[in-house]
Amino acid sequence: MGIVSPGFHGRRRKSAAELPPGQYLTNDFPVLSAGPTPRMREDDWEFTVTTETGREHRWTWREFLDLPAETPTVDIHCVTKWSKLATEWEGVSLDALLADVETEADFALVHSYGGYTTNLPLADLVEGQAWIVHRYNGEELAPEHGGPARLLVPHLYFWKSAKWVHGIRLLTDDEPGFWESAGYHDYGDPWREQRYQGD
Amino acid sequence: MARAAIPGRLAWRVARLAEARQETETARTLVFDVPDWPGQTAGQHIDLRLTADDGYTAQRSYSLSAPDRVELTVQRIADGEVSPYLTDVIGLGDPVELRGPVGGWFVWRPGTERPVLLIAGGSGIAPLMAMIRARRRSGDGTPFTLLYSVRTPSDVYFADELRRPDHGLTVALVYTREAPDGWPRPPGRLAPADLAHLGLAGDCFVCGPTGFVEAAADLLVARGHDPRRIRTERFG
Ligand SMILES: Cc1cc2nc3c(=O)[nH]c(=O)nc-3n(C[C@H](O)[C@H](O)[C@H](O)COP(=O)(O)OP(=O)(O)OC[C@H]3O[C@@H](n4cnc5c(N)ncnc54)[C@H](O)[C@@H]3O)c2cc1C
Repeated sequence: MGIVSPGFHGRRRKSAAELPPGQYLTNDFPVLSAGPTPRMREDDWEFTVTTETGREHRWTWREFLDLPAETPTVDIHCVTKWSKLATEWEGVSLDALLADVETEADFALVHSYGGYTTNLPLADLVEGQAWIVHRYNGEELAPEHGGPARLLVPHLYFWKSAKWVHGIRLLTDDEPGFWESAGYHDYGDPWREQRYQGD
Repeated sequence: MARAAIPGRLAWRVARLAEARQETETARTLVFDVPDWPGQTAGQHIDLRLTADDGYTAQRSYSLSAPDRVELTVQRIADGEVSPYLTDVIGLGDPVELRGPVGGWFVWRPGTERPVLLIAGGSGIAPLMAMIRARRRSGDGTPFTLLYSVRTPSDVYFADELRRPDHGLTVALVYTREAPDGWPRPPGRLAPADLAHLGLAGDCFVCGPTGFVEAAADLLVARGHDPRRIRTERFG
């Protein structure tokens, strides 16, 4: 047990047991971004997967919507300490987007409109673990939450779920993204409390 | 070949309350003694952890409001778990745990040479105050403008310090609910007119509650500020 702060009792949350260490439950949907919210029109939106050999696979908004939709209900955990349970999304599984992509890459660098990037192992994007989502709670995804579309990788801290997603570069070597270059953990597993480098 | 040093784990350190000052009716500035504190860059934050006597813990993030010591400025959230402890309960000498400093993006360093626009909403002044103080302490001549949105005249944090002349720093207050007598601007939210006289060059730092940050950053972009030069920190 850590050092006790006298007079601190805390507000016991019933669900604390289901949360990763250091997290608290919120019913709001706080926003975390490093800059202004980019405003993208769906007509101008495009999603690209670029392989390590430079081969590009592209989807327009229409083509993206034509892919089979899934409706994941997942818990999300933000590195700023809040967690939100059973959030409801709609989008396309990365398995569908990567189905025809030939690659030997082990890593992915996700990039967004507005310049944001985040990196993760390719293995964490496949097998039903990740989606590009465009609807939240039955409605269009709001711009401050990443609309028109964002990545959703709920098993990692939420900064990995890049908002305003624009594409994914598949890489042979790991390349740190935006927060990963600014002192945050390369992998970001909330259950192992990997918030910062060295955690 | 030597590889880039891999930084060690950010360790939890015991911090004891050394000084406390009431900023406003709902906010308090706390200075902690932290042995072996590594120092910080203005704009960074720390993670703070409280432990109850049965082992229950809670963690939150707080910005450092000074560039050279572990000073936090905390607003009491009425039904909050952690902030009321910091504003109303913790006494001098009491321990908390903290680790940091954290964050390599929402930071300002002397010598950057571009003019700086700081926009604060309420408690969002905390990391911006560290930047204002870092500039003053280093004698850096970079022009700074602070646009500070508060509800009423009694909600201004660091009021005395911000009133004192600080060459090259311009402070403009925006009152949203109630303005002092004779104030030229009627109370209201930050609006395009509040930014109309400001230059477009330079770096912008915007901090406060999410709604405020969204609105202020949108106003800046609409005015033609380069979005890549707008850094934001959202408190909730
Ligand atoms: C990087 C970072 C830096 C921060 N720096 C500061 C700082 O310098 N000073 C400071 O006072 N706070 C700061 N915060 C906010 C702080 O971390 C806590 O969220 C805040 O103190 C509330 O915690 P709590 O335990 O009292 O309330 P909680 O128990 O977490 O929340 C209680 C209720 O209040 C709401 N709430 C949470 N935060 C806010 C808020 N900021 N305004 C209005 N309602 C809120 C919650 O949604 C909830 O409904 C910072 C947050 C981040 C992410």
